[in-house]
Amino acid sequence: MPNRPTVAEEAAHGRADRRKAEKRAGLFRLREPIPDSIFTSAGFVVPALIVLVWLAVTALGLVRPLFLPSPLAIVEEAWRQASTGILFSDAAVSTYRIMVGWATATVLAVPIGILMGNFRIFEGALEPLISTVRYMPVVALIPLSILWAGIGDEQKILILFLGTFFQMALMIMDNVKTIDINLIRAGQTLGFSNAEILRRIILPAALPGIWDTFRITVGWTWTYLVVAELVAAQTGLGRRIMDAQRYLATDTIIFGALFIGLLGLITDYLFKRFGRALFRWTADR
Amino acid sequence: MSTPSKVSIDAVGKVFGEGEREFLAIDRIDLEVPTNQFVSIVGTSGCGKSTLLNMVGGLAEPTFGDIRIDGRPVTGPGRDRGFVFQGYSLFEWLTVEGNIRFALEKSQLSKAEKAELVRHYVQAVGLMGFETAFPRQLSGGMRQRVAIARALVYRPSLLLMDEPFGALDAQTRGMMQELLLKVWEEHKVTVLFVTHDVDEAVFLADRVVVLASRPGRLKRDLAVPLDRPRRYDVVTSPEFTALKRTILADIREETLKVMALDPA
Repeated sequence: MPNRPTVAEEAAHGRADRRKAEKRAGLFRLREPIPDSIFTSAGFVVPALIVLVWLAVTALGLVRPLFLPSPLAIVEEAWRQASTGILFSDAAVSTYRIMVGWATATVLAVPIGILMGNFRIFEGALEPLISTVRYMPVVALIPLSILWAGIGDEQKILILFLGTFFQMALMIMDNVKTIDINLIRAGQTLGFSNAEILRRIILPAALPGIWDTFRITVGWTWTYLVVAELVAAQTGLGRRIMDAQRYLATDTIIFGALFIGLLGLITDYLFKRFGRALFRWTADR
Repeated sequence: MSTPSKVSIDAVGKVFGEGEREFLAIDRIDLEVPTNQFVSIVGTSGCGKSTLLNMVGGLAEPTFGDIRIDGRPVTGPGRDRGFVFQGYSLFEWLTVEGNIRFALEKSQLSKAEKAELVRHYVQAVGLMGFETAFPRQLSGGMRQRVAIARALVYRPSLLLMDEPFGALDAQTRGMMQELLLKVWEEHKVTVLFVTHDVDEAVFLADRVVVLASRPGRLKRDLAVPLDRPRRYDVVTSPEFTALKRTILADIREETLKVMALDPA
């Protein structure tokens, strides 16, 4: 029987059939995977479309440049700020404020969060207070922050600190609390003291989670930047935006917001990369 | 005179909660376990079997009664006991070797002796070639082997196992039971093994203790007179089936009782 297909041929046929069927069903099947290339490029298509619409709207003169300058004006503004060097001096000042504000919050939030996550007495004493205070609008504290910290860098740093610390302490408490209780029990059974269990078991177990909290909170400090530089600042990325408001320099405002977003994104990416390098053991297989 | 018990549990009870929400989880359990006996503890969920194990481990305190190990009252966790938990509970930032070695840190042995012990137990649980792997890279069965090696490497005389194979699939579980018996034959210790799997309880143990529910009490204490070493096919023997039938009837009775108490 020469014309009877072999098993391999049948299988190949079946595969081809299935592939054809998949193509027909297309990209809109519930919860089904799609090719990686399409998945990734879809992420670029949407922003590109937005920029295209933006270009068209401004080129056709549908909106006055005062309300929405063309994307080209934004690029020009970027070039102006970069070539005159203001961009870098602004970024340096803002980055410094963010680093100090975030680091201060971290230095306090880590030990407090760890204490709250491990000792019920600290949780009972601090959690209600912190949970309440974290909903305080930071903007509303600006007058107080000036009264307390003056109008120098300290005031900006204080605002960034207030915007980060309370949330961070609670998140770190959660990071610590969600580790497997049996790890602690194993440590107790193995004869380790409380301090040793804290340092050698709880901390390493919670560290990937804590690192993720770092990543998220440092992103928040970028979003607080404009608020922090709202008052009495001469330089800074946030200050530049507030100044632009006075002159209705819409292109400066849009570029400033995009640039802060970009720096936030880069910080996020760096934290992710370092996290992966630091915690290799969290990778599956 | 009879030899003193390895574990003696004397009228032990446990109350959880306070005030209105107070409830009796365990009501006066008495149990004497001789040295090197393998005891399975079975019962419906909520019968207090894990609580009982935690109390022997020193991880929870009895509300009344007392627990002695080698005649000394339990005051907390300690290195005379090894614990294996259901969820593996490995130190994920340490390698297989690192996890096992961690258990030896508080021991007075020399570095070379520790290395030898680690090597020995890696071999005993069949993890040669995986010494430098991290737990995340291992299958469930392999992770639990690491946990068993970690619990045995410092030579505790009492091994406490809380549904250690509960998260494994049926085939892996069978293999792990055989592995556990093999390791136990070679390194005899007293074992308290909590499970809700009746086959597993009978297959492994010298003795099966069935707990009644709400509150947890001793319902039946059954010797398992099956020959050792045991082969996997012992589960099809008439003796095995007879034991299993008795225990299943007990558990069914308890389950019905609990369902009547709070209909789902």
